[in-house]
Amino acid sequence: MPSYDSVLSEIYEVLQPFAKEGQSLSEETELVTDLGLDSVQVMELLLQIEDRFDVSIPLNIMPDMRTIKDLVLRLIAIVTQPQ
Amino acid sequence: MTIFAKFQTLAANRAELLASGINPFGVVIEQICSPTEGVVNGHRVILVGTNNYLGLTFDPDCIAAARTAVEMQGTGTTGSRMANGTYTGHLALERELADFYGYPHAIVFSTGYLANLGMLSTLTGRGDVILLDADCHASIYDGCRMSDAEMIRFRHNDVDDLEKRLRRLGERASNTLILVEGIYSMLGDRAPLADIVAVKDRYGAYLLVDEAHSLGVLGRHGRGLTEEAGVEDRVDFIVGTFSKSLGGIGGFCVSPLPELELIRYATRPYIFTASPSPAVIASTRAALRILATHPELQERLWSNARHLYQGLQALGYTVGPEPSPVVAVIMSSKEQVLACWHYLLEHGIYVNLVLPPGAPKGACLLRCSVSAAHTPAQIEAVLEGFATLRDTVLAVQEAC
Repeated sequence: MPSYDSVLSEIYEVLQPFAKEGQSLSEETELVTDLGLDSVQVMELLLQIEDRFDVSIPLNIMPDMRTIKDLVLRLIAIVTQPQ
Repeated sequence: MTIFAKFQTLAANRAELLASGINPFGVVIEQICSPTEGVVNGHRVILVGTNNYLGLTFDPDCIAAARTAVEMQGTGTTGSRMANGTYTGHLALERELADFYGYPHAIVFSTGYLANLGMLSTLTGRGDVILLDADCHASIYDGCRMSDAEMIRFRHNDVDDLEKRLRRLGERASNTLILVEGIYSMLGDRAPLADIVAVKDRYGAYLLVDEAHSLGVLGRHGRGLTEEAGVEDRVDFIVGTFSKSLGGIGGFCVSPLPELELIRYATRPYIFTASPSPAVIASTRAALRILATHPELQERLWSNARHLYQGLQALGYTVGPEPSPVVAVIMSSKEQVLACWHYLLEHGIYVNLVLPPGAPKGACLLRCSVSAAHTPAQIEAVLEGFATLRDTVLAVQEAC
């Protein structure tokens, strides 16, 4: 089972290109409000995360993923449970 | 904070558009002169954005059938088939659709949008999985959202990505419905259907193909990509619409599976809405007969489609991935596409404006749709319009 910190670190890597110049990321950073991701970018982000972790992320859970921390927790749940 | 707070971004975008003096989403076609010509802002325009693929909206047989139906059966059914009764025309159209596809079962819905909503919200439920192509139409996404099934996207037209996701599902693959389209509505490309069918068979999943933009367009008999790819006996559900090649309004699903008849009793977008009016049913039946017996319409459509696609390529435009009656011209920015769309309309050419997130990958498009009813001279006139657009608006923008 991957640790929270290792997943968080990988998510930071994936998200860094989406961050605004000079913006630092934290667990409480909000994907839409703070990063300003539009629906197209969110979908692209999702694909990148799916590739990196070799999982399929159901779109149904997207409304519950507000912050980076939400994303990490859901991802750990998906990675550790058989789909 | 009010219930309208969520519309702030939309309101700002709308205000920006209106301030530019262009309202692309408020175009009024003051007069519709033929399947390919109308009057907008007092000027005659060539319609190259109507999805009227076979040009049947003014067909005399379709009009006569609709007129007779109105006179004999009235203007509307005033209710749903479940609650208020089925007209014989509804049953006849379902039988004719089933015969046309060579499947035993068919359901008619009141619109194409409702056909997807009705099928997807009912076919799958909690515990099931939907694997949908990322570029699927909004009606497919909306139907999936209503279903309570787990909804997973795969990369557009990427069979390896689809297979990877089926493999991850393990035993749940047999509870999975794969969703693809015959021709995708924005870029005009078709699904690699034979390969998709092979994968779905390998994993024991189900497959629904939306042929909204491919009915009457692909296949020797006009039955769509499923016919063209030679997989009609291996597809579980085909959804389509009457509002494009058939020139009316409505939708349908046909299937070789007897369970389709059960869906009729459970699908809320069928049960709780008014059934198609007699005139719509009559004109659609006439249009389906024409589609099935006039292959020259499809030939003319493709001749026009290739003419426009190749002509735009020759002018240096970036177009969709393959020739198709949906010809997408890909522009570089929102400002550019707005200026170009406006220029074309002012010069007598109506195409569809597509702004992000309406097209895949956030693209800005001038979306054209070709008709069998376009004359070669009209296609030439459209190309001339695009040529002067390139030499004026685009040349100025490049120089800046």
